[in-house]
Amino acid sequence: MEILQLLIIGVSQGCVYGLIALGFVLIYKATEMVNFAQGDMMMLGAFVAFSLANLAGLPFVLVFAATLLIMAVFGMALERGLLRSMIGEPPFAVLMLTIGLGFVIRAVAGAIWGNQPRALDSPFAGGIVEIQGLIIGHENIAIVVGTALLCAALYLFFRFTRLGIAMQAASQNQLAAYYLGIPVKRVFSLVWAISAAIAAAAGILVAPVSLIDPLMGFVGIKAFAAAIVGGFGSLPGAIVGGLVIGIAEQFVYLFLPPGVSEVSAFVLLLAMLIVRPEGIFATLQQKKV
Amino acid sequence: MTVSLLTLRNIETYYGPIMAIRGVSIEVAEHDVVTILGANGAGKTTVLKTICGAMEPQKGSVTFADEDITNRDPDRVARLGIGHVPEGREVFPFLTVDENLRMGAFSRKDGSIGADLELVYGYFATLADNRKLAAGFLSGGQQQMLAIGRALMLRPKLMLLDEPSLGLSPILVHEIAEIVTRLNEEQRMTILLVEQNAQMALDLGDYGYVMENGRIVMEDTCERLKNATDIKEFYLGMKDQGVRGRRRWKQRKTWR
Repeated sequence: MEILQLLIIGVSQGCVYGLIALGFVLIYKATEMVNFAQGDMMMLGAFVAFSLANLAGLPFVLVFAATLLIMAVFGMALERGLLRSMIGEPPFAVLMLTIGLGFVIRAVAGAIWGNQPRALDSPFAGGIVEIQGLIIGHENIAIVVGTALLCAALYLFFRFTRLGIAMQAASQNQLAAYYLGIPVKRVFSLVWAISAAIAAAAGILVAPVSLIDPLMGFVGIKAFAAAIVGGFGSLPGAIVGGLVIGIAEQFVYLFLPPGVSEVSAFVLLLAMLIVRPEGIFATLQQKKV
Repeated sequence: MTVSLLTLRNIETYYGPIMAIRGVSIEVAEHDVVTILGANGAGKTTVLKTICGAMEPQKGSVTFADEDITNRDPDRVARLGIGHVPEGREVFPFLTVDENLRMGAFSRKDGSIGADLELVYGYFATLADNRKLAAGFLSGGQQQMLAIGRALMLRPKLMLLDEPSLGLSPILVHEIAEIVTRLNEEQRMTILLVEQNAQMALDLGDYGYVMENGRIVMEDTCERLKNATDIKEFYLGMKDQGVRGRRRWKQRKTWR
C-alpha cells in the first residue's frame, strides 16, 4: 500500500518534470536550440496565474486560459525579439543567452512578486480522496489528468492539423520546408509559444504542491535530465523520462538516506548516459553534419 | 518569341569569403526546359539556391515574372510559384508520403488540393501504392519522385530541378526524364534543370548553359550544344581523334 502511495506521488511529480521536459524537447526539435529558461518560464507562468487568481480574483478556468495565452505571447515575443537573431550562431552562445534569460526572469519575478513563497488560490489545493486507505491529494489528480489532457491535445495537433504537420516538417528538414513555402520563422515563434504555454500549465498545476517562489524554476534542471533520459528529441520520451525520474525520486527518498533523493535524478541521468546514451526513446534519424 | 519568366542578371554569390558564382546571367523563357550543365563545384546548385532565396547574392538581381525577388526569403519565393526540388531529395523522413505531398500545398488555400494530389499520384504510380508509408522508408528513386511530386503540389509556374538523376539507376533516370518531358508538355511547366548527366539534360532541354568555376562559359540551344566539339568531348565522352598529348589540358577547351 505504501508503495502504491509512493507511486502515485511519484507519477504526479514526474508529470511536472515531463511537462517542462516537453518544452525543452519541442524547442530543441524545431530550432535546435536548448532553452535553459524553460523552468523559469514555468515559474513566471505560476506567478502570472497567482496575480490573476489571488490579486485580480478571476475564476480559475479563466485564470488557466488567460495564463496560457499570456505566456504563449511571452514565448513568441522572446523568440521574435531575442532568439531569432541567434539563428546561425554557435550553440553555446544560444545556451548562455537562455541561461542568462533565466537569471533575468528570476530577478524580475523576485522584484515584482517578492521572494517569499506564495500559495495560489487553486480549486485543487488541499482536498483529498481516500480509496481503500490510499490518500490522494486533489492537486496530484489534477496534475496527472492535466498532463494527460495536454499530451492528448498535443498529439492530435501534431498528428492531424496542417500546422502541426508543418511543424514536424520544419523540424525534420528546415530548408525543404522553406522551399515549399512554409513560413519557417513563424513556425519557430509558434513552437516557442506552445512551449511557454506548456510550461505555464505545469506551473499552475504544480503550484498547490510546491508553492510559488522565484526559485521554483530550478526543477527545470531535473526536467532537463528527464528529457535526456527519455531521449532528447522524442516527445513521448520527455513524459516517460519525467515519470521515471519522478517515481525514482520517491522510492529513493523512502529507502535511502535523506539527501540522496535530491541527486537521484542526476545519478539516473549519468547512469543513462553510460548505459544507453541515446535515451529510452531514441530518435532513429542521424543528424546530417 | 517567348517571354522570359526568370532572369538572372550578373549574379555574384559568396560562401563566406569564397566566391562561388562570378557574374552569372541566365534567362529562362516561359514553357521552356532550360538546363545548366557543369562539373562538381561549378556553382550550379548555388545558382538555384540564389534563385529561391536560400542564399543571398552580393551583386546582381533575380527577376521572376516581372518581379524583383532578389534577397527574398525562400518561403515567399515559393509562394510566388517557384517549386524547388533540392539536390539529394530532402523529403521529410518521418512524415508519410501523403503528408509530404500535402506539405507541398501548404501555402495554397484553394479547394483543389485533393485533385492535385490525385494528379501527382497519376504521374507517380509507385507513390500511390505507398501513401501511408513514412517517406524515409522509400527507395532513392521513389524519394526523388516524391520530391518532384511535392514541388508539383505548389502548382509552380517554374520548377527548379537539382540533379534529379543523382544516384539513380539508368532505368530510373529514364523514368525521371520522361516525367520531366511530360510535365513540360502536359502541364506547360517551365523547368530549370541542373544536371551532371549531360546526355539526359541535353536530350530534355531546349536551351542550355555550361558552367565552369562559377561562370557561364557557353550557352546555346541544346541541339547545337550537343554537336559542339567541347561538349561532345568533355561531357558526352565522345572523341573524334586523340587530342591527348598534343595540347595541354587547359588549352583543349575552345572557351579558354
